[in-house]
Amino acid sequence: MYLIKKKRVLHDSIFLMDIVAPRVAKYCQPGQFVIVRIDEMGERVPLTVCDYNREEGTVTIVVQTIGASTLRMKELNEGEYLHDFVGPLGQPSELITDDIEEVKKKKILFVAGGLGTAPVYPQVKWLHEHGIDADVIVGAKNKDLVILEEEMKAVAGNLYITTDDGSYVRKGLVTEVIADLVEKEGKKYDLCVSIGPMIMMKFCTLTTKKYNIPTIVSMNPIMVDGTGMCGACRLTVGDEVKFACIDGPEFDGFKVNFDEAMERMKLYRTEEGRAMLKLKEGDTHHGGCGHCDGGDK
Amino acid sequence: MAAPGFERVPISEQEASVRAKNFDEVCLGYTEEEAVLEASRCLNCKNPRCVQGCPVNIDIPGFIMALKEQNFKGAYDKISESSALPAVCGRVCPQETQCEALCIRGVKGDAVSIGKLERYTADRAREEGIKPHTDCAPNGHKIAVIGSGPAGLTCAGDLARLGYDVTIFEALHEAGGVLTYGIPEFRLPKDTVVAAEIENVKALGVKIETNVVIGKSVTIDELMEDEGFEAVFIGSGAGLPMFMKIPGENAKGVFSANEYLTRNNLMKAFREDSDTPIFRPAKVAVVGGGNVAMDAARTALRLGAEVTIVYRRSEAELPARVEEVHHAKEEGIKFELLTNPVEILEDDDHNVRAMKCIRMELGEPDASGRRRPVPVEGSEFELETNAVIMALGTSPNPLIASTTEGLDTNKWKCIVASEENGQTSKEGVFAGGDAVTGAATVILAMGAGKAAAKGIDEYIKSKN
Repeated sequence: MYLIKKKRVLHDSIFLMDIVAPRVAKYCQPGQFVIVRIDEMGERVPLTVCDYNREEGTVTIVVQTIGASTLRMKELNEGEYLHDFVGPLGQPSELITDDIEEVKKKKILFVAGGLGTAPVYPQVKWLHEHGIDADVIVGAKNKDLVILEEEMKAVAGNLYITTDDGSYVRKGLVTEVIADLVEKEGKKYDLCVSIGPMIMMKFCTLTTKKYNIPTIVSMNPIMVDGTGMCGACRLTVGDEVKFACIDGPEFDGFKVNFDEAMERMKLYRTEEGRAMLKLKEGDTHHGGCGHCDGGDK
Repeated sequence: MAAPGFERVPISEQEASVRAKNFDEVCLGYTEEEAVLEASRCLNCKNPRCVQGCPVNIDIPGFIMALKEQNFKGAYDKISESSALPAVCGRVCPQETQCEALCIRGVKGDAVSIGKLERYTADRAREEGIKPHTDCAPNGHKIAVIGSGPAGLTCAGDLARLGYDVTIFEALHEAGGVLTYGIPEFRLPKDTVVAAEIENVKALGVKIETNVVIGKSVTIDELMEDEGFEAVFIGSGAGLPMFMKIPGENAKGVFSANEYLTRNNLMKAFREDSDTPIFRPAKVAVVGGGNVAMDAARTALRLGAEVTIVYRRSEAELPARVEEVHHAKEEGIKFELLTNPVEILEDDDHNVRAMKCIRMELGEPDASGRRRPVPVEGSEFELETNAVIMALGTSPNPLIASTTEGLDTNKWKCIVASEENGQTSKEGVFAGGDAVTGAATVILAMGAGKAAAKGIDEYIKSKN
C-alpha cells in the first residue's frame, strides 16, 4: 500500500498526488513512468513521473480521469492509500543520460500538450538545475486545462502558452506557436521534445520536420504490465517494432508511425467508456454506450 | 466400486458443453473413496521408477501408501518434504511424460494416476487446515529471490526450511508468476489453490515484496551491497512474447498470448467487476500448439468466441499436453493443423478481418528431431477471424542480465547457470527456471529452484 501524502486538484478532471514510494523515488528519472493500481479490481494505469523527492521518498503523479480506475482514484484523499505503485519503468530521457556538455550546447524547445505538461516539467526542471534554460510551449484546450503554469514558469527559459479557444494568452495550436517562434522571431532550435496527445505529437513532428529540428516524443499507448511482458504497447518506429514500455517511452518522433499508434489506442475505447459509465451511472446504466468517448490515455 | 485393475479409476469433470461457458475448474478431482481405490493400484515398488521421473523427487510410493491407509496427513507430510506446491503440481505437471511415464503399472494397462492423487492429497490438506511443518530455526543469513513463480517459490521455501531469512521480489502486483498471470482459472484456481500454496510458503517465514522490478527499482548489486543479501536466486522466468513478424501484426485485434492471458487471469477481465477490458469478438484464431495456445484458445471460447487453433505441424507434434488438447477438442475448439499464417488482413478501420494462411507438409526432421514443416506452394487461403492471439513462445527478459555486472547470458538471452546447483558466472548469484532454460514447465522450474536452494546453502556454508 502506498500513502497519498499530498493531493492537489488542478482541474475538475485533473489532480496531482505525491505518493510515498521510496524505491521508486530513489531511482526514477525524468522521462520514466510508473504503473498505479488503485484497488483490487483496478486497472494497471501507466503514468509518467512528474516530479520526485529522493529525501522524502515521494513521487509526484498527475492524473486525468479517463476511465473507471482514475475516476475512483480522484475520490481518494491525503492520508489514504493506492494499492500498487511500481517503477520506475522505461528508459530515462536521453537528455539526462547524454553527455551534459553536449546537451548544454543545444537550444532545446519543449512542446507540451494538455496533461503532457506533467512529464515535460521534470525534464525542464532537471535542465534548469543543470544550468540549461529551455523554451517551453504549453498548449491546452482552454484556460482551465493549463496546468502547472507557476511551476513551469519557475524553471523554463521562455514559457509560451496557447489555448485552442483563445481563453488564455493566445488562441491557436502549438504548431502555430512553433512556426511563429522559428519564422517570425527567428529562433533556432537544435532539439524539440514533444509530449502530449498522439495527434498533437504527430502534427508537432510534421512541423518540426519542416524546420529540421530533431524531435523526441513520449509515447503513451495501451499497456498492461509495463515490463515488456505483454507487447500491447508495441509501435512501429522506422522499420522496427518497439515496445514503448521497455524501449521507450521516448522515441525519435520522425520515425514513429503515429497513424498506426492512434488506431491501436482505439481498441478498448468503448469498453473503457462502458466501465466508466457503469461507475458513474451505477444500475441506471444498461450498456449500449457504443458512442461514449473514453478519451486519450 | 470395482476392484483395482489395469485401468485407472476415472475422474469426474465438468461436462464439456457446460464448462465451455464458465471459468470454473474443469477437473473435479477424486472423492475420498476414488482416491483410496486408485492408491491401492500402486505396487509400492522396491525400486520406484516414478520417483526418478519427478524433477523434485517426491517419495511417490510413500505418499500413495499413506493415502491407501487413509492417513491423509501422513500423505501430505511426505509430499511436503519435497514440494511446496503440490496442489499446483497435481494440476499442471505433465505427469504422463514424467512420473507416470515410468510407472510399472503402465507396462500393462494404465499407470497409477499419480498427479490426481497428489492433487487429492493437497486439496484435502487445505480443506482440513493441515499445514506444512514450519519449525525451522533461523540461521540469520539473508537471501533474495527474484520472481515469485514456481522456481522462486520453491527455492524460497526450501531455503526457509533450512533457516534462511528469505525475501522474494516480484515485479507484478501479485505473487505467483505464471501460476497467477498465465495459467487460467479453469485449470488452476487462483484464490483457492495458488493463493493458498503461496500462503504456505509465507508461513515458513518467506517475505514477498511485490511491485519491485529488479534492474529498475533496485539492482542485484545493490541488493547484495546495500541491503545485506548474501546470495541471490534469479527465477524471473521467460516473459518476453514472440511475434511472427508478418504483415498486419500490429492491426487492432492481434495480441500476444501473454497479454490476453494476463488481462484475463491476473487482471480478472472475465469478471464483471474488473476495470480491465478484454477484446471479446465473435471469432478468434490462436497461433501455436503448446499449452499456452490451448489456454488462450479455451479462454477465448469461454469469453464467447468461436475459436480455431492454427499450428504448422501435425497433431502428433503438438507440444501441449494430450489432456489439454483433448479438453480443447471436447469443448469445440477447431484445429487447422499443418497450417501457417503468412499475413493478417485488416478492414478499412484496421481491425483484423482474416488471416491469410498457407498449408504445410512435413519434410525432413530438423534440429529438434521433429519433421520440419514446409509450405505447400499455391495453397494459401483466408481464415476469417476478428482477432489473432500469438502463442509462439516466450524468451527471458534481458532486464536483469543487462543491469547486473558479470552475469553471463547465452545467445538466446538465457542466463547461464549450472544445472546441478544454479550457480551463475557471478559469485553469490544463482538462477533457475525459464530464465535459464527458456520457456519450459512449472515442475522443471521447481526442480531448478530446488537445486539452487541446495547450491545456495552449500555456498553460504562454505563462506562461514
